[in-house]
Amino acid sequence: MKKVGRQSVIFDNVYVKSRAVYVGPKEYAGPLGKYFDGYFQDLYCDSKTWEKAEMNLYKCALEKAIEKAGLVETEVDYIIGGDLNNQIIIGSYVARNYNIPMLGVFSACATSMQGIILGGMIVDGGFGKNCLCMTSSHNATAEKQFRYPTEYGGKKPETATLTVTGSGAILLTSKPTSIQITRATVGKVFDPEYDDPLDLGRAMAPSAYLTIKQHFQDFDTTMDEYDLIITGDLSYYGREMLISMFKDDGIDISKKHYDCGLLIYDRESQDVHAGGSGCACCAAVTYSYLLKLLEEGRYNKILVVATGALHNPIISAQNETIPGISHAVVFERRK
Amino acid sequence: MNQKISKVMQETKPKKPILKNALRAFLVGGLICLFGQVLIFLFQKGFNFSKEEASNITVGLLVLIACLLTGFGVYDRIGQFAGAGTIVPITGFANSMASSALESKSEGIIVGIIMNMFKLAGSVIVVGVLSAYILGLIRYLWGLIV
Repeated sequence: MKKVGRQSVIFDNVYVKSRAVYVGPKEYAGPLGKYFDGYFQDLYCDSKTWEKAEMNLYKCALEKAIEKAGLVETEVDYIIGGDLNNQIIIGSYVARNYNIPMLGVFSACATSMQGIILGGMIVDGGFGKNCLCMTSSHNATAEKQFRYPTEYGGKKPETATLTVTGSGAILLTSKPTSIQITRATVGKVFDPEYDDPLDLGRAMAPSAYLTIKQHFQDFDTTMDEYDLIITGDLSYYGREMLISMFKDDGIDISKKHYDCGLLIYDRESQDVHAGGSGCACCAAVTYSYLLKLLEEGRYNKILVVATGALHNPIISAQNETIPGISHAVVFERRK
Repeated sequence: MNQKISKVMQETKPKKPILKNALRAFLVGGLICLFGQVLIFLFQKGFNFSKEEASNITVGLLVLIACLLTGFGVYDRIGQFAGAGTIVPITGFANSMASSALESKSEGIIVGIIMNMFKLAGSVIVVGVLSAYILGLIRYLWGLIV
């Protein structure tokens, strides 16, 4: 393991041992429904409150990932987890039921890749053999925390996104498997001086652009090296902006770039405005669908950039802007 | 770098469909008011209520319908189509209270429902009382002059 350039690292021995994704009804009904490990038929997910529903999703993904890896609880050295709720309660409350040390993390919807970067450092540094990286989001808990009551009849603009209900788990290990994590770029907090909480895709796009550019610079490479460049939840308008920013540099990324927020739902038929968002958006699409394509040999090397808007309603009400952060991780196929 | 980003941000800014939103709000808001007016007529002509009585019953009925539609998860969908058309009439007030109550039900009756019911509607009451006070004052002063 070593540091490269200003913001990047190379991993020598970090592999994906297993992964599990549980989602809500709308995600299951979307184009990627069949790739997920499990789903719930309504947003309550067999629980009494929205928060407990999210905990249940988190628990299901956590247990499934350990089960698929053929491990027992005590063989997992760390859980690294985070979500969108205040004090990251979902991850912490689920972890109280397990005999596994836990590290709580947060970088909004970029939490998934932040977890993988930290987990990769732990595994590659020899501080643990198996590290379980977790994240979750829930449409109703996010609405409750960041916006209005779910049944409130206010109009949302076309730029608004729909928070994905789901949880994703990925178990990193030092023993070789078919998917290796080779590189990562840690993002900087970037403030585009934008303040519309109902247009977060565009608030995050500049940070995604800067992280991707920094990644290319640190590894002295171009997008030609990658089969796909994936962003977490820029959705329709954020993606347009990202493409325009690269176009300004004379680079056309539109053919290789996909956004998880646009992959998880069918925008035409599912009434999701600009697309999906939330911690679980990038995790669910990457762990279930994209890594499956990698495993099957459809692709060999992909760059996944999870994008987070560091939005908080209290500080926004104090006339503050919404900074963004994006973390990038490279997944490669190993024969 | 920052200049370039703000330049692209400006260039790619999506346009808000103001005219479309205004037309939809006008149409749906107008229909709700028309419905209320028809109810008032019905109560007046059919049940021999006075105009004031008929208005009171109509308001109560509209609030009840809005609360039921909120509970059944329909009101927010109409609101997404109509925008201000369903927020401005009394039905919007009912929706803001019912949705806040529903949302905070998970935190129990006192800390949840009672404390949060006016979370959104409270602002309407504050502004309403305040503007009534100011306008009343202006009217009173005007009366002294004229």
